[in-house]
Amino acid sequence: MANSTFLYVTYIRTTPQKLWSALTDPEFMKQYWFGMHCESAFSTGSSWKLVNDSGEVWDSGEIVESDPPRRLVIRWTHQMRPELKAEGASLCTMELEPVEQAVKLTITHSVEREGSKLVEAVSGGWPKILSNLKSLLETGAIALDEPYRKPK
Amino acid sequence: MAKHSPDDDLLFKALADPSRRKLLDQLHAHDGQTLGQLCEHLNMTRQGVTQHLDVLEAANLVATVRSGREKLHFLNPVPLQQIYERWIAKFEKPRLKALADLKRKLEKSHG
Repeated sequence: MANSTFLYVTYIRTTPQKLWSALTDPEFMKQYWFGMHCESAFSTGSSWKLVNDSGEVWDSGEIVESDPPRRLVIRWTHQMRPELKAEGASLCTMELEPVEQAVKLTITHSVEREGSKLVEAVSGGWPKILSNLKSLLETGAIALDEPYRKPK
Repeated sequence: MAKHSPDDDLLFKALADPSRRKLLDQLHAHDGQTLGQLCEHLNMTRQGVTQHLDVLEAANLVATVRSGREKLHFLNPVPLQQIYERWIAKFEKPRLKALADLKRKLEKSHG
């Protein structure tokens, strides 16, 4: 394969509407994304930023596709670490699909290059974020509260 | 205490088999493989590998994506993170706290 892709799947006992709002509401997001939040109108073509609690922009890009509460595609470029920024845009797709009493959330993050460092870097974060999101929606509390480490 | 979750049973059963753990290692080394590619490294019939992949998929440890005529298998690390939080981090915490307390005490006595 001429690209690097990571896939994350989690089943959350909630509704697609609640999950969509958890993925797009900045205040709610801060609770499970270690203080980070997105700034965007979340409609197709709108700009998108991932910002930490001091207002530093970690990643930015645009919404390629928005179909609430089913599908969100973000063109995602890292901004903090020069070597990751140099890789250019990655594509992050979030799909929400009702399955029995739960919603299947599938996140695909890919870059059109072999051995991407960007996809490797986000691959450490996504499982923790999704695990927190699942706990928060199902039990009202997060599982982890460690902050993101700053880049050296 | 957390409720008993049937998902955990599927997960631990899926992990309790050396061939399935080997499949996870293979996907960790190279994600997004077809059934054919996965079979190359295992001394097992295609049908056997398919059955193991079904168990891993039911436990949500493997997720699949269609790409044209091929079905690609990906390692899904989210349930492993949940096991880590539920069954490992919780038991590590008191020991890590004891070390941190000791360090603080020693540094204070040398200050």
